[in-house]
Amino acid sequence: MSTTDSNDIPLYISAKKVYPQAVSGFYRRIKWIVLIATLSIYYFLPFVRWNRGPNLPDQAVLLDLANRRFYFFPIEIWPQEVYFFTGLLVIAAMVLFLMNAIAGRIWCGYLCPQTVWTDLFLAVERFTEGDRRDRIKLDERAFDIDKVARKTLKHFIWLMIAWWTGGAWVLYFADAPKLVRDLFFGTAPLTAYVWIGILTFTTYALAGIMREQVCNYMCPWPRIQAALTDEEAFNVTYRYDRGEPRTSLKGAAKLREAGEKAGDCIDCNQCVAVCPTGIDIRHGAQLECIQCSLCIDACDTVMTKIGRPTGLIAFDTDNNVKAREAGTPEKPFHPIRARTIIYFSLIAIVGGSMLFQLATRSTAGINLIHDRTPLFVTLADGSVRNAYTVRLFNKRPDIRPFALTVEGPLGAVVELVNVSATADWRPVVSVEPDATREVRVLITVPKSSLKDKSTPIAIRASDLFAGEVVIAKDHFFGPG
Amino acid sequence: MAGHTTEDRDHITGTATTGHEWDGIKELNTPLPRWWVNIFYATILWSFGYWVVYPSWPLVSSHLTGVIAYSSRAEVAVELDALKAKRAAQAADLGKVELAAIKSDPKLLSLAMAQGKAAFGDNCAPCHGLGGAGSKGYPNLNDDDWLWGGSLGEIHTTLQNGIRSSNDDKTRISAMPAFGRDGILKKDEVRTVANFVRALSGQPVEAGYNAAAGAKLFADNCAACHGDKGLGNKELGSPNLADAITLYGSGIEDIVETVTNARAGVMPAWNARLDAVTIKSLAVYVHSLGGGK
Repeated sequence: MSTTDSNDIPLYISAKKVYPQAVSGFYRRIKWIVLIATLSIYYFLPFVRWNRGPNLPDQAVLLDLANRRFYFFPIEIWPQEVYFFTGLLVIAAMVLFLMNAIAGRIWCGYLCPQTVWTDLFLAVERFTEGDRRDRIKLDERAFDIDKVARKTLKHFIWLMIAWWTGGAWVLYFADAPKLVRDLFFGTAPLTAYVWIGILTFTTYALAGIMREQVCNYMCPWPRIQAALTDEEAFNVTYRYDRGEPRTSLKGAAKLREAGEKAGDCIDCNQCVAVCPTGIDIRHGAQLECIQCSLCIDACDTVMTKIGRPTGLIAFDTDNNVKAREAGTPEKPFHPIRARTIIYFSLIAIVGGSMLFQLATRSTAGINLIHDRTPLFVTLADGSVRNAYTVRLFNKRPDIRPFALTVEGPLGAVVELVNVSATADWRPVVSVEPDATREVRVLITVPKSSLKDKSTPIAIRASDLFAGEVVIAKDHFFGPG
Repeated sequence: MAGHTTEDRDHITGTATTGHEWDGIKELNTPLPRWWVNIFYATILWSFGYWVVYPSWPLVSSHLTGVIAYSSRAEVAVELDALKAKRAAQAADLGKVELAAIKSDPKLLSLAMAQGKAAFGDNCAPCHGLGGAGSKGYPNLNDDDWLWGGSLGEIHTTLQNGIRSSNDDKTRISAMPAFGRDGILKKDEVRTVANFVRALSGQPVEAGYNAAAGAKLFADNCAACHGDKGLGNKELGSPNLADAITLYGSGIEDIVETVTNARAGVMPAWNARLDAVTIKSLAVYVHSLGGGK
């Protein structure tokens, strides 16, 4: 029965500030390496050049929204090839699932931008305000010059990083060196400044202020992950079978003398102090745990110091913990099992078909639309003419002439409206580099060769230089 | 939560309850973070600012305009004016060049085609159809059969001055006599000459048709305008009777009707309604429909 006056219950909670302590060790080193690698890619990739010839931009990675092109090293994507992005997203989801099935939330702990930037902002916080204990003390202290100076410096550096992050973002959408110059001289488009402003704000707010709240309240992945993990997945695990009951070093010695079981955990709370989300891993797998493994580093450091074996907190599976508890032998870790094989196969299928498509895609293209009004025209000599709108695609960086021929009823003649160039009596359309061109095409067929109301027909466009041929199929209509 | 010693906890989840209870069912307290709620309040405050800055409340005959007096209609008007100014500059280029030179300049050509297409839809499509396919009495502009000529210049003239247009002195004009109605030919003679006309374009004739009589009637009455072989005359706008295209139908009754009552289609003179540049664009567009000569 309720004994509480409901008015006393807090319906909203104030964010509890987390003061993660510095730690060093194997996993911390990996996190630094990943941080440096991913941030270097993010900040410097727009400046990498890639020569595509005189008519195309030389930026290795460029989302050219104005011209509807996406460039990624040697790959150029046109808007109608946007399915490559769909494929990438499918692969990304599958890789996330695969990572999860093998080693839990390592995406969250190591690779997620939220984690990487938060780590960087935390490093700044440690640099300006000191480690955990100093920061707690500083926050408890009344404002003085030293506190104001430290806080100001911290927020200033944060804003600089956030601003640089926003700045790097817009560089992916325009020629980076030129945009940097324009931004500096104030001549860049307003959109660029607005986006830098937005991303400066979000980086500052998410990585500096909100931190673990983003993971706990905003991100859907922890919820999905909770449904995806299983007893075979490697997760950061407190081996309670070894750790409990917790006692001090002296207490453990006494218990052991008395022949009773004493756990290895000395309740030093180091695992809690280093946790960036402020949880206690000893409570078991939790929604808030991002598997950064810093508690492993913290615990291993302590265990080494007191001369006990490391690995009280470690990457382990539910199966093993249960097995040890029951006294049965540990099961070997199974990275290869039905789930991971299925994920891997899906990644291979989607990735393979995308690569195949990418390698075999044509650098030319043709679209054909039959004119609807009129569907056909009878000419003075009784022959029948159909009109089509043809769009030719030239995905190469140089101008290409395409000769048009028609495959269809006997005597079919193709001619172009407002284009007079020909080669060997065939009409020729020149398409500018990396562009499309629309022409109106008239096909005339003598009455004698038309038998049906509708006859299959094809227009073939042959590149006069490279010999590439593209074909579009349609129908030729007549009075029947 | 922490510090509330009297709180009630759910035994299964270990979560505190709100103390609310309905028939033994208790509500778990899974509180939102305070900042989240504050953002919600901030958005409400923001909306008050919106009322002040932007148009908000309707009044009896108008509305509160807000301090910046924003109006999407005014925004559109500004954009339309800018578009008009931009188009005027382009149209000036189109107005300067010779009609025949437009097709050799890709930029002017695409401009003329775009303007022509729009003007065609607004002005010509009601009679000629959206694609210029025409219908009975309204010529198909996609084919290669032209009453008054299908060259760029001839199309331009037709557009400017119209055909049998009542408000233009230079309009194209000609009249076919109503052979039957005015008693020039008797009923059976009309039928005979109609059969002759069908034979000209290779169509079957009626039983009992006298070819020699037909030829004589045609030579006496029709050849003056349509030519000895019925090939027509563009000077007079008289159609070619020997080709596969007929404006008013090629059935025997259609032709009898034409010979009896005559045909005199009318097209307005557009120079009274459209500016010179638009007419130029229309000429280029119609010439490009497929039948231009």
